[in-house]
Amino acid sequence: MTFFKFILKRLAFMLATLFLISTITFLLMNFLPGSPYQNEEKLTPVQRQMMNEKYGLDKPAGERYLIYLSGLAKGDLGISLQFGNQPVSKLLSSRIGPSIQLGLQAMLLGTVAGIILGTISAMYQNSFIDTFASLSAIIGRSIPNFIFAVLLQLVFAVSLKWLPIALWDDGFRSTILPTLALAIAPMADAARFIRTEMIEVLNSDYAELAKAKGQSKVRIAFVHGLRNALIPLITIIGPMTVGLMTGSLVVENIFAIPGIGEQFVKSIVTNDYATIMSVTLLYSVLLVVIILIVDILYGLIDPRIRLAGAKQ
Amino acid sequence: MSESLLDIRNLNVSFQTFAGTVNAVRGVSLTLEKGETLALVGESGSGKSVTCRSVMGLLSKNATIEQGEILFRGSNLLAKSDKEMQRIRGKEISMIFQNPMTALNPTMTIGKQVAEPLRLHQKFSRTAARRQAQELLELVGIPSSTKRLNDYPHQFSGGQRQRIVTAIALACGPEILIADEPTTALDVTIQAQILELLKELRHTTSIIFITHDLGVVANVADRVAVMYGGRIVEIGKVEEIFYNPQHPYTWGLLRSMPTLDDKDGELYAIPGSPPDLLSPAPGDLFATRNEYALQVDAHYEPPLFQVSPTHYAATWLLDDRAPSVIVPEAIAARRQYYRQRQTGLTAKEGLL
Repeated sequence: MTFFKFILKRLAFMLATLFLISTITFLLMNFLPGSPYQNEEKLTPVQRQMMNEKYGLDKPAGERYLIYLSGLAKGDLGISLQFGNQPVSKLLSSRIGPSIQLGLQAMLLGTVAGIILGTISAMYQNSFIDTFASLSAIIGRSIPNFIFAVLLQLVFAVSLKWLPIALWDDGFRSTILPTLALAIAPMADAARFIRTEMIEVLNSDYAELAKAKGQSKVRIAFVHGLRNALIPLITIIGPMTVGLMTGSLVVENIFAIPGIGEQFVKSIVTNDYATIMSVTLLYSVLLVVIILIVDILYGLIDPRIRLAGAKQ
Repeated sequence: MSESLLDIRNLNVSFQTFAGTVNAVRGVSLTLEKGETLALVGESGSGKSVTCRSVMGLLSKNATIEQGEILFRGSNLLAKSDKEMQRIRGKEISMIFQNPMTALNPTMTIGKQVAEPLRLHQKFSRTAARRQAQELLELVGIPSSTKRLNDYPHQFSGGQRQRIVTAIALACGPEILIADEPTTALDVTIQAQILELLKELRHTTSIIFITHDLGVVANVADRVAVMYGGRIVEIGKVEEIFYNPQHPYTWGLLRSMPTLDDKDGELYAIPGSPPDLLSPAPGDLFATRNEYALQVDAHYEPPLFQVSPTHYAATWLLDDRAPSVIVPEAIAARRQYYRQRQTGLTAKEGLL
C-alpha cells in the first residue's frame, strides 16, 4: 500500500519535472538565434512570412507555448522542419529502438563484467591480477569509445570477418561490436567502484564472521560482499545508462546505426525546434524513469533503506 | 595424562607494520581441556585476541606465526591448508566477536546467516537448515523467531544481535567456542544475559573467554590465564588467581576491581601504560609499572614458576632468592580467605 503511494507520489513529481523541463526547453528555443530555414538570406520577406504562417511561427510565444503544451498532452510532438516534414513522434519512434537496445546491452555487459573484474581485484588486492585489472580499467576509461569501435571493426570485421562491419541489418550480430565498444567505459567505471567498495567490505566484521563460519574466499566476496559493495554503484548506474542510450552518437555513426544520436545533433545545427525539444524531453523522460528504477533497486539491494513504513 | 582438546605450544606471532615488527605474542603455551572454560584476561594489546585468532586461522595478512604449534585433538592447526581450515572453522571451532553491531551482514536475513554454517558443514537442505536456525534462535532466546528469520540485522537490538552471533557460532555444535570480549560492546543488563547464556553452554562446549573484565571471569571461568605484553604472566584455577594471586600485575588487576568493602572508597589503577612491543625494553616488560620490581627484572624476563600443579606465575618474586615483599592489603585479605578455605576444605576432606 505504502509502496503504491510512493510510486504515485514519484510519478507526480516526474510529471512536474518533465513539465518544467519542457517549459525551459521551449524558452531556450525562443532565445535561439537564427531560423529553421535553409538559405535564409535568399528568402524574401513575403516568402518568410508565408513559411512562418505555415509552421505557426508567426504567432506570439505565449500562444505557441500553449499549442506546444496541448500537443504534448495529446502525444503530438509537432512537425520536423528538417526531416521531410514528418511528425517528430514518428521520426523518433523509428530511431529510438536501436539506441535504447544498444544502451541497455552495453550497460548490462559493462556493469556485469566490471563487477566481476572489480571483485576479483579486491579479493587479490595488490596482486598481479589486481594491477592488471586496475590498469585495464584506467585504459578503458581514458581511451574514447570510438577508438575501440574502429579497433573492433578492424579485428573482428575486417581481419577475422566474424561479424558485420557496420549497419543494422543482421539482427543481434550487428549489435555485438557497437555494444562492446560502448561497454568499455561503464565496465571500467564499475570495476573501479566495486574494487574500492569491496576492499572495505572484505575488511568488515561481517566478512570476518563469514570467514569464521568456514566460508571460502569466493563465497565471502560474492555471496556476502557483493550486495553490500553494489550500493554505491547503483547511484551512478542511472545516469550512466541514460548517457549510453543517448550519447552514443559517434559510435552510432561509425557503425552506421539508425539511432537517435545523429538526429539530435542535426536538429540542433539546423534549428529544428520541434525535434530539439522532443529529443530533450525524451532524454528527460528516460532519465527520470531510470532514476525511479534506481530508487526502487536501492531498496531491493539494501534492506536498511527500504521505503519508510514498508514494514508494518 | 590424556591429551588436551587444544594445546597451544610456545606460540610466537609478530606483525609487520610500517614502524617495524611488533611481537604481539611471545611464547604463549596454553591448554584447554574438554568441557572447560578458560578465561584469557589482560589489557588491550596483551595478545589475547591474537592468540585466539591464531587458533581460528583468522590473523590479518601482515601477521606471521614465527614459532609454535597449535594442536587441536593432536593435529597441528598451523600446518593445515586453507581448505582444511575452512572445514574446521565454524564447525569444530567457532568464534563470537566483540562487536555485535557490525558482525552481521546488513543485507542478509538473519535466518540465512544462522543457517549458513549448517548448509555449509552439515549439508542441510534449505528447509532443514531453516528449521534448525529457528531452533537455535529460540535456544539463544530470540522471541518469536519463526517470524524473525526473515528480518535483517538492523531490526534487532545489540543484545539480540550478540545472541544471533552466538547462535551462528553454536550452529554446528563446536568443540571449542572462542568468545572474544562478547560483552564489551553491550550495556550491563544485556551483558548479564549473554554471560548467563554462555554459562549454560559450558557443559557442552569448551570455551575460551577473552575479556578484560575480571568481574566477569569469576562468574564464568574454570581457569584463568592473565596475559601481559604478549606473554602469559599467571595461569591457574579461578580460585587460585582470585584468592592466591602471585604476580604483581594480577594484584593490580584485582585491586582495580571495585569491591563493596573498599575502605577508603578510592579505586586503584595500575600506573603507567601498556608496554611498547615495537621496541621492547630488556627484562620484564611489566617492570616499569611494577611497584614490586626487583633489580633482576630489568635484565631477565622471569620464567613461569610453579605455585601448585595447576598454578603458574611469571614473576621473580617466586624465586627462592627473592626478598619477601609486603603484599597489598586487599591481596593479603584474599590470600587469607584462600588459606582458610583450603584448610577448611582439607578439614572437611579429613572428616570424609
